[in-house]
Amino acid sequence: MRTPLSVRMFQSLPRTAWLALAIFAAIAWIAIPAAHLLLPESSPFHVSAYTVTLLGKILCYAVVAVAMDLIWGYAGILSLGHGVFFALGGYAFGMYLMRQIGTDGSYGVALPDFMVFLDWKALPWFWVGSDSFLWALIMVVAVPGLLAFVFGWFAFRSRIKGVYFSIITQALTYATMLLFFRNETGFGGNNGFTDFKRILGYDITSPQMRLVLFGLSAALLIAVLILGRYLVTSKFGRVLAAIRDAESRVRFIGYQPTQYKLAIWTLSAVLCALAGALYVPQVGIINPSEMSPANSIEIAVWVAVGGRGTLIGGVIGAFIVNLAKSFFTVSFPDYWLFFLGFLFIGVTLFLPDGVVGLWRKLRGKRAIEDTDTPTETPADAKGASA
Amino acid sequence: MRCVGSGQQLKRSNIMPPSLFHRLRLLCLVLCCTIGAAHAAPSPETLAKMAEDDSDSRIEAIAELGAEGSAQSVAVLDALADEALALTGAGRLVILTDTGALDAATGAAIDPYPDDADALMINNRIRRALQSAKAATNIRATDRSTRLAAALQLRDGADEALMPLLEPALAAEQDKEIRAILALAVARVNLASELPAKRTRAAELLGDSADASVKFMLTALLEKDGNGQFAEPDAGVRAAAKASINAIERRLAIADLASTAFTGLSLGSILLLAALGLAITYGVMGVINMAHGELLMVGAYATYVVQGLFRTHLPEYIDSYVIAAVPVAFFTAAAVGMLMERTVIRWLYGRPLETLLATWGLSLVLIQTARVIFGPQNVEVANPAWMSGGVSTYADIVLPWNRLVIIGFAIFVLLLVWLMMQKTRLGMFVRAVTQNRAMAGCVGVPTARIDTLAFGIGAGIAGLGGCALSQVANVGPAMGQGYIVDSFMVVVLGGVGQLAGAVTAAMGLGLMTKILEGWAGAVVAKILVLVFIIIFIQKRPQGLFALKGRFVED
Repeated sequence: MRTPLSVRMFQSLPRTAWLALAIFAAIAWIAIPAAHLLLPESSPFHVSAYTVTLLGKILCYAVVAVAMDLIWGYAGILSLGHGVFFALGGYAFGMYLMRQIGTDGSYGVALPDFMVFLDWKALPWFWVGSDSFLWALIMVVAVPGLLAFVFGWFAFRSRIKGVYFSIITQALTYATMLLFFRNETGFGGNNGFTDFKRILGYDITSPQMRLVLFGLSAALLIAVLILGRYLVTSKFGRVLAAIRDAESRVRFIGYQPTQYKLAIWTLSAVLCALAGALYVPQVGIINPSEMSPANSIEIAVWVAVGGRGTLIGGVIGAFIVNLAKSFFTVSFPDYWLFFLGFLFIGVTLFLPDGVVGLWRKLRGKRAIEDTDTPTETPADAKGASA
Repeated sequence: MRCVGSGQQLKRSNIMPPSLFHRLRLLCLVLCCTIGAAHAAPSPETLAKMAEDDSDSRIEAIAELGAEGSAQSVAVLDALADEALALTGAGRLVILTDTGALDAATGAAIDPYPDDADALMINNRIRRALQSAKAATNIRATDRSTRLAAALQLRDGADEALMPLLEPALAAEQDKEIRAILALAVARVNLASELPAKRTRAAELLGDSADASVKFMLTALLEKDGNGQFAEPDAGVRAAAKASINAIERRLAIADLASTAFTGLSLGSILLLAALGLAITYGVMGVINMAHGELLMVGAYATYVVQGLFRTHLPEYIDSYVIAAVPVAFFTAAAVGMLMERTVIRWLYGRPLETLLATWGLSLVLIQTARVIFGPQNVEVANPAWMSGGVSTYADIVLPWNRLVIIGFAIFVLLLVWLMMQKTRLGMFVRAVTQNRAMAGCVGVPTARIDTLAFGIGAGIAGLGGCALSQVANVGPAMGQGYIVDSFMVVVLGGVGQLAGAVTAAMGLGLMTKILEGWAGAVVAKILVLVFIIIFIQKRPQGLFALKGRFVED
């Protein structure tokens, strides 16, 4: 008899991991809201609005990093264009937020301000339905999911892989960014969407709403981690790892790598889009620069810093790099790019398994499971001996 | 003869716009003056009109002076243009100079200096009339370039009053190019003539033009007014105009195609310079150097530095700084590239995806270094004198020298790379490693050293590309970022390690981008090119010119 899905999901994580997730949930859902709302601002344990927003933002990034780890760490597909799915999710939800402004915009009419500015008289066809919350949620999943599916179908079917695939994804995000920079595209040009007022009629700037969004981001991260762990320990995940290590051999055995790659690729894009949809109301703006190639490649470095093929590594990497970014851009703005550049070089040269790999090495433990650390591919072995 | 003509005009004057009538009257006047004047001095009547405080009569006077064309008339026109022509209280026109005042009619010095002289003001209408009159006097100059400039000026705005000048000038003109321009000018004026035969002839002559404004002028003849009447009453003239419009359109279409092809080739040669280096490094090592665009930037900044050195130390040779910058750009970029290979890329062989990240890190470091050294703004790299301007060819297309030089330079670099790859021992080793690294190593090719050298050469070629780019594009820290994707596309399209493929792909992409840009705008063109490449890779994953052989990855 097959074990029920819920039980299999429960069993896919070790007990310590469940404990860690519970502690994380308690902090995100109880401790931080309490410290933000109940403690006076003078208290050393008070959590400021800035900190809640910053942490909420990084939680969204962490979801993106885990989604990236699913395809890079487990399927060996390096996407340099994941920012496009993140931004599309953000834009899809941003359309709803723009409609929620209603007549409170600076022109006092129902059309979004930028359309009035462009002298448009009515909403373009693709804005139809954007005033419905449910429709917005559907679009958040459907648009990036469809783009990823079509793009992936073409790319994987013709066996584009390795650096070819990476560069083409970079070109994809670059071209989409150019498209969104145009005013005529109908998404606010280079200013994008901003000045949001309400979600479902509730004030978006209230502390309660801020905490709700923060809590949802934490919930999404927890869900993605559990789902990810379940997937990579399942049979599906093992086939993915096999594709990563020797795609031709998997094909010769009789599997169709295209379907597996396409499935994980589309799932990863949808997860990014969900993170983007939660990110936009928290930071209060979405514009085409989110799709710049530099942003997308930064996602890859979060995963590299944390450790590929570990899931939790993405979370750790996203926190390390983004906290460092907040620190550097405020204190030493001139050195941030140097830091980031040397981080890219240093991690790939000296920490191929990231922080998690370092931690395991220090504890003297090699792999916990086969899928946890990428086995050395023949190419890797060659590289090591060269 | 013309006076007879004016009798006919009176009959037609009720359907003619008043200004035209006015002009024709003016024409007769000019003619009389031209014949009457002794070609020595401006007539008193003309000067009297000039003295009137009315722009219209002054413009008439200017045209008369231009048509008359004596040295004294030219002096009066020049004085007017410099606002040195003045009117005394007694109503006498004088030319004010630094030392004193001259009589406008004779050029004789006036003593005592008239204290009450008031300079004549000129407005834009008068300024235009002055330019036209000046051109009319210049059309008789002996210097060819002066005549050419004057003819161009007359073609763009010939006044009917100048007609008596234009026709003799056309008859006397020996130079073919100037003759053609003058003929157009005459035809343009004749198109307003009242004789249908003359208008037909003019409409036919205008068909030799390749000027969009001439086309508009002819199209206006074929338009109907509110009552269904054609602007041009004569059917014969309309037919001639229609034929001429077709001829002009054909010529404009060819010109458009030619200039698109030229800009496409120009873009293609820059892509080629950027992609040649990448093709070598990617071919040899199988890694994409994401900092390749920054090597272009290094080359461009090297050019900037050489320019600065020439400005301070060798200002007399400033025009040859670009020549000196070529080797400097090559060796600077090659040194940076070899340093990158030795310190970073060498340790990542066999891990191509991580190489992408590491070289991206290198590009960030290089960009920030350029910002720290040269500042975040774009720096100014000037074209040397021999590279500014252009060659004018068929139908007013001007091919800028800097782009022509870059196309030539790309061919030169291509030739050097071909010689290096085909005729030298190093090139043979590079090709061997590209085809089969393990086998090359087995037969004694020092693969590690070849890697470094190949990387250095690839980087150096990128530096050359940067040097070329500095002559046509902005030089700034982030200038290289846009080139990595495009160069990679060239390598992918052309097939790895294939020079012919790289050339075909670079030129093809350049042409395709420019044609699509003209048709759908830059952004849509970029997206269409990307879609094309994705579809292309479906059909030919190994590129246009694949190396023959059987192998399987993994």
